[in-house]
Amino acid sequence: MNTVLSRANSLFAFSLSVMAALTFGCFITTAFKDRRVPVRVHVSKVMLKNVDDFTGPRERSDLGFITFDLSADLQPIFDWNVKQLFLYLSAEYATKSNALNQVVLWDKIVLRGENPKLNLRDMKSKYFFFDDGNGLRANKNITLTLSWNVVPNAGILPLVVGSGQVSLPFPDMYETTKSY
Amino acid sequence: RLPRLHKLTLKLSITCDLYYQVLNFGMIVSSALMIWKGLMVVTGSESPIVVVLSGSMEPAFHRGDLLFLTNRVEDPIRVGEIVVFRIEGREIPIVHRVLKIHEKANGDIKFLTKGDNNAVDDRGLYKQGQHWLEKKDVVGRARGSLLLTFCLFHLRFVPYIGIVTILMNDYPKFKYAVLFLLGLFVLVHRE
Repeated sequence: MNTVLSRANSLFAFSLSVMAALTFGCFITTAFKDRRVPVRVHVSKVMLKNVDDFTGPRERSDLGFITFDLSADLQPIFDWNVKQLFLYLSAEYATKSNALNQVVLWDKIVLRGENPKLNLRDMKSKYFFFDDGNGLRANKNITLTLSWNVVPNAGILPLVVGSGQVSLPFPDMYETTKSY
Repeated sequence: RLPRLHKLTLKLSITCDLYYQVLNFGMIVSSALMIWKGLMVVTGSESPIVVVLSGSMEPAFHRGDLLFLTNRVEDPIRVGEIVVFRIEGREIPIVHRVLKIHEKANGDIKFLTKGDNNAVDDRGLYKQGQHWLEKKDVVGRARGSLLLTFCLFHLRFVPYIGIVTILMNDYPKFKYAVLFLLGLFVLVHRE
């Protein structure tokens, strides 16, 4: 222990072990935490059209338009091990051709330190709500759910579903006149 | 005669020491290999731990961060999940988020992905004429993260450590050189 090199080596090895222990501490103190919070989703407007799917397969498909409100307090989820939350509003439904369909309508990234209180009104969907076919027309049960992916500094990447889902039906007729 | 006996015992102790060091080194290498192979079996993935190579999932993952993957075929693919997939004909796997799924009653699924940091979905990345990904394209699911760059950002070490991990991935020869040097260091160091 009497040369600069051996001292530097010991210091480096020690710092590495300390960082490893801290990282493990970060992980183990937050690994079993419940990441759910209550969420309020409200839909104010629903409209349905039938157009060529210009986002991909050029088939005539149902295109849904939903205007929604979202409110949630995400503060309890954040801690020293959470880097960000990836929020996404998804619509889940069943059609004659597909037993399960899930479409993300809107997403948002909330970093630690940013305002964790969500209070959005009259939001339009970020992504086009195209069905794989014509299964939205007269569909009685489309469930909207706000979920989030917790991104930790060290640990598991869970997908958490917020309570407070809302189900809505789509109209029987296509809208030809109004625009979104 | 005493000095000669002394020299002999000294020579023997040096050779014993050397054998011990070599065996010790062998034990470390084989334990590391066993742990890696064990992880491959438990997770079902060819590469249970990967280094993030692109910035398309920022601000969550930066180049140099570590991701832990599993590849259980029975896990259902759902929106919001981070999947690792390979496009037909391309070697480099992509780590993006699932945006849309359409699943039939028999389990056949087609889905669309998008990188968090990209403005548009991945249809521009898929093969010409391909609009969806299928189960067979998936090589893993991101289940855990170790965001080294997050800790290191604050220490301003990121450019250097990140470059080392990325170099090791892009140039396999560099990886072997580092491993060889590490091995040499373990052999030479007595403590």
